[in-house]
Amino acid sequence: MTGWMLDLPLALGLFGAGAATLAARSLFGAVLGFISTGLIATLVWVRLEAPDVALTEAVIGAAATSVIILYVASRIGGGAAAPAPPHIALRILAAILSALLAVLLALALLALPEQAPSLAGPVLERIAPTGLGNPVTAVLMAHRAIDTLLESAVLVFAVFAIWSMAPDRRWGRAPGPAFVAEPHGPLAFLARVLPPIGIVIGIYIAWVGADAPGGKFQGGAVLAAMWVLPWIAGLIAPPSISDMRLRLAIAAGPLVFLMVGLAGFVWAEGFLAYPPGFAKLLILLIETAMTLSVAVAMACMIAGPPERRPQP
Amino acid sequence: MIGTPGGSLLVLAIALPLGATLIAFVLGGQAAARIARASLWLWLALAVAIAAMLIARGEPLTYLLGGFTPPLGIALAADGLASAMLLASAIVLVATGLFGSVAYPAPSWEKGGRAAFAYWCLLPALAASLAVAFLARDLFSLFVALEMLTFTALALACLDGRPSQFKAELRYLLFALLGSVLYLLGCALLYGAYGTLDIGLLAGNTRADAPTRLAGALMTVGLLAKMAVFPLHLWLPPAHAGAPPAGSALLSGLVVKGAFVLLVRLWFWVLPGPPVAGAELLAALGAAAILVGSIVALRQEKLKALIAYSTVAQIGYLFLMFPLLMAGDPDAATRAWMGGMVQAVSHALAKAAMFLAAGLIVQSMGEDRVAGLGGAARAAPLAVLAIGIGGLSLMGVPPSGGFTAKWMLLRASVDTGQWWWSLVILAGGLLTGGYVYRLIAAALAPAAPGVAPRPVPRVQEGAVLVLVLALLSMLLGLLPLSMLGLAQIGQPVIAP
Amino acid sequence: MNAIAPFALAAAGLIGLGLYGMLAQSSVLRKVIAFNLLGIGVFLVFGVVARRGAAAGLPADPVPQAMVITGLVVAFAATALALVLTLRLHQSTGAVTLAEDPEASTPPSKHGASAE
Repeated sequence: MTGWMLDLPLALGLFGAGAATLAARSLFGAVLGFISTGLIATLVWVRLEAPDVALTEAVIGAAATSVIILYVASRIGGGAAAPAPPHIALRILAAILSALLAVLLALALLALPEQAPSLAGPVLERIAPTGLGNPVTAVLMAHRAIDTLLESAVLVFAVFAIWSMAPDRRWGRAPGPAFVAEPHGPLAFLARVLPPIGIVIGIYIAWVGADAPGGKFQGGAVLAAMWVLPWIAGLIAPPSISDMRLRLAIAAGPLVFLMVGLAGFVWAEGFLAYPPGFAKLLILLIETAMTLSVAVAMACMIAGPPERRPQP
Repeated sequence: MIGTPGGSLLVLAIALPLGATLIAFVLGGQAAARIARASLWLWLALAVAIAAMLIARGEPLTYLLGGFTPPLGIALAADGLASAMLLASAIVLVATGLFGSVAYPAPSWEKGGRAAFAYWCLLPALAASLAVAFLARDLFSLFVALEMLTFTALALACLDGRPSQFKAELRYLLFALLGSVLYLLGCALLYGAYGTLDIGLLAGNTRADAPTRLAGALMTVGLLAKMAVFPLHLWLPPAHAGAPPAGSALLSGLVVKGAFVLLVRLWFWVLPGPPVAGAELLAALGAAAILVGSIVALRQEKLKALIAYSTVAQIGYLFLMFPLLMAGDPDAATRAWMGGMVQAVSHALAKAAMFLAAGLIVQSMGEDRVAGLGGAARAAPLAVLAIGIGGLSLMGVPPSGGFTAKWMLLRASVDTGQWWWSLVILAGGLLTGGYVYRLIAAALAPAAPGVAPRPVPRVQEGAVLVLVLALLSMLLGLLPLSMLGLAQIGQPVIAP
Repeated sequence: MNAIAPFALAAAGLIGLGLYGMLAQSSVLRKVIAFNLLGIGVFLVFGVVARRGAAAGLPADPVPQAMVITGLVVAFAATALALVLTLRLHQSTGAVTLAEDPEASTPPSKHGASAE
């Protein structure tokens, strides 16, 4: 019963924050609404006993996503007059459809079988050979490794898709626009103070992921933020996309993962299988490479396509 | 045992283009183009090897990734459907690769190297995405594949960097993202109900309860949005017509088919005794797409827009097979299945050929209005011929792949007593004939005074290739037996 | 189910809100925000499913959790891509919506302007 006392307000707050996001008059209001929705969702994930997801939602779902939305909103002009909404008939139709979906979905969720199916048992039975203590990491790195490999490749795909949208005359330069440095501004202050702490936290989150809540995506995202912050403050210039080291850092995660996977043909049962006794070592190797790649790829995605003018 | 004989080929079909993408991205420059091209030829060889193994074995090839058995692990499998689509994709990608070696010769970091760098990263990336979409047997892995397809397709469409294209592509992206997220919601419901997303384990074990029905509806709508099925088709023509020729060929020929394969897997493997009324609705949407798409295509003034509307119509044919498969007549079901498969493959080849040819014609004539095509047959004869041959296949004139497809669907609709679909097929064929005739007649007309079409110089290589593609779609009709035998392996058995 | 019913209902509601926002708002940035709301809801459905699958001493089924982590990263990439396109659209044409250009068919509506 005590659970409900906590859960009911959380659930109501989640819905309310979502509704406020839609109802907000200004774009900034909507972004604020979205950030609150993300933060409440993080708490909900904690209540759902999913700390790994809670961390991911907080760092990627709420923080990183809000940062890029805010960044683009500020460049487009968040305070500008809202465009005219679509025709009223279309909005009524959309409202009916959405309400219908929500109701049907609620009914379907309540109609799920009383005896919920679960793979928790099978995961635990086959976690020992991986040497991992965190079952979610075991699923990501062993049982469903292909998803994680593809997902890390998706980040690379997204980076070159974003770069390919650069204006032709800015091609080959560093990601993002040129930020003007304000050496004594608040942003520059943050950009000097935060990274040393943030980098330690990011590496820690990535490192403990093997046995405790955390992991490469969450840690990598924190590291990305710590790298992007000084760019935006104009303190350091990012490397240009023509720098092979930058591209290698972005692709290292999926490349190492793919190579270890293929090596499984030789030293283990097959593709994406780990040799007995070396599983944890190899997984840590992959995770190290992936933390680096996630950090650099996310930093590049936040910055956007190259837009810098040539140096005079 | 981790896989059947030949199972490792399935792994390579994914790993090879994926690795090539990553290495091309890291190295950049000419090396990227060389690696990408080589990987596409190797991928074609793998697709041939998979088809050969499949025909030799007569049953699907499978592989358990990491040695984990579903539901915990993820399986790859190649049946006739997957293998045929893989083969068609490999042919189209090799051809667009050759086309691109003229159109995008020099990836570099200097001004002007942007499109080429992106192109040679995107081609193997698309190959890897399609391989996952055709081979993976886990609904969530297929979600990741859908997103990979969306990202690569989007970047291919924006390759020219023309501002006018951004709006069309943004609309496409929003449609595609909405489609994926609805699909993902369906996955969540199915996992909640069955504790697995493995297609093999779900097959025959799903119940017709509320969560399953809603999941099926959500996933179907999501995939229809991605396939641009009438009435969700409005994003497709501008997105496909505005892309550069190689991009249009890949988007219209291949990307749409990835979602189609998922839809077929969902309906005939996952859903419990798929609802006949739903299948009839799908076919009705398909029929509407055929008629509306063809009529609108007839009235298009621009060459590429006409071909893009024709894609809307030709996708419609794919949906006619749904009610025919469920009519309870095994022979008719086999014909409908074949008809659907051959339509998917022959449309991929014919449409890729037509878009590449259209690119050459526009380049030669310096204009893309159908009315201004006079003299094109003289300036770019091979390209015009390729459009003609591709058009014959779309119309369903023998001997061509399109004929085989439409004939089988026609037979199946008559045999099952659902004769009304055959009227749609015939009407669609006539309308297609109309717009293909318009194109050819315009291209054969003498050049208007003052128009000096440029001959296609180096690009001729591309033109010849285009022809090969179209010819292949003809050969599908001439050599139906081996093709059809392949497509039948793993054909689902649907209880009436 | 009862213990997590509030979250299941909130997730369903959030999905409804997100869908409405994607369909009925004209600003592209707002549509992207709505897509992310929809995403939060869909991921929470996975979370509800995972929590229901508590077994073998684990408080929640790890498999759907792993799927959500994958899904969140993919959704971030999709959002970044959509935003870059939005920015480029704005830079090159000044547009912030997907409405057709004046010469095209759909006339801009004035009727609903009072609601917001």
